[in-house]
Amino acid sequence: MTGHVDSVKTYALVFAALICLTILTTGVAFIDLGPFSVVVALVIAVCKMLLVALFFMHVRYSTKLTKLVVSGGLLWLGILVLFTLADVVSRGWVGVPGR
Amino acid sequence: MANHAQAETLALREQFDTAEQQKDASTLGMWIFLITEVMFFGGMFLAYTVYRSKYPVTFAVASTSLNVYIGAFNTVVLLCSSFTMVLAVRAAQLGKRRAIVLFLILTLILGFMFLGIKAFEWNEKFQEHHIPGMANFHLEGVPIEQQGQAQLFFSLYFAMTGLHALHMVIGAGIVSCLAWWAHKGKYTAEYMTPVDVGGLYWHFVDIIWIFLFPLLYLIDRHLGKWVS
Repeated sequence: MTGHVDSVKTYALVFAALICLTILTTGVAFIDLGPFSVVVALVIAVCKMLLVALFFMHVRYSTKLTKLVVSGGLLWLGILVLFTLADVVSRGWVGVPGR
Repeated sequence: MANHAQAETLALREQFDTAEQQKDASTLGMWIFLITEVMFFGGMFLAYTVYRSKYPVTFAVASTSLNVYIGAFNTVVLLCSSFTMVLAVRAAQLGKRRAIVLFLILTLILGFMFLGIKAFEWNEKFQEHHIPGMANFHLEGVPIEQQGQAQLFFSLYFAMTGLHALHMVIGAGIVSCLAWWAHKGKYTAEYMTPVDVGGLYWHFVDIIWIFLFPLLYLIDRHLGKWVS
């Protein structure tokens, strides 16, 4: 299939953005943002992931079914993280008789 | 039959109606495999998150003991390899045989560079006695009764970076095969699915590192002032 061929310029711009974000995330890590350090690092990582997935992995031009599978997979990852953390965080909340 | 001859050049299998349908099926199959890999790595990221929230101070000391500049440099190396990989896929889409081989070899070199730097980093850990399970394990700045928590950090560090490196080795094998077959002229603008799907795998491994780098090296870096 030769449907969509992105220009080298597009890829070069995405690549430049990825390098800039890497420098940014490394630099910001040394600044004390308290609990937001994790948030900033993860937001930048998600941005980089989206750039790689949408442009380098051609998700932009993929079929609807592929897009659905990709989002579904991330949804399931979210369930894994959310439910596990809900368990870990709430363990001490309710006293268990006999313990 | 003209139709049959065309099907031969497209390497179209009989269960598919069109080359496009066949390509979409391959892409979908690869993505489903990659999703299983996301869940596989997701479990380890989750274990890391849970233990980090349980032992925040020890994990901060252990995390800041990693060399952030080597980590950042390796991230750049891996991003470069993703860039050369996408150019290889583009060359395949355009049917430029020599360009495919060139960019795949560049990808391979950058991949090995990443692994070499990683090996250097791991060697440092041996010299610093930061290998979990070894009798001489000792992390500076952590009280003796919390050394076990530090061992847990480095167990997760080696499990995560080790499995990532294993994926890189497999990826290097795939890229080598693709480069050889591309050299043999197996791929054309009409049929380049293996290069495309191999590219998906390579970029996926890149994405895993995009998350490993900040989570292992960066998020406690700002505490460096008071942690040792």
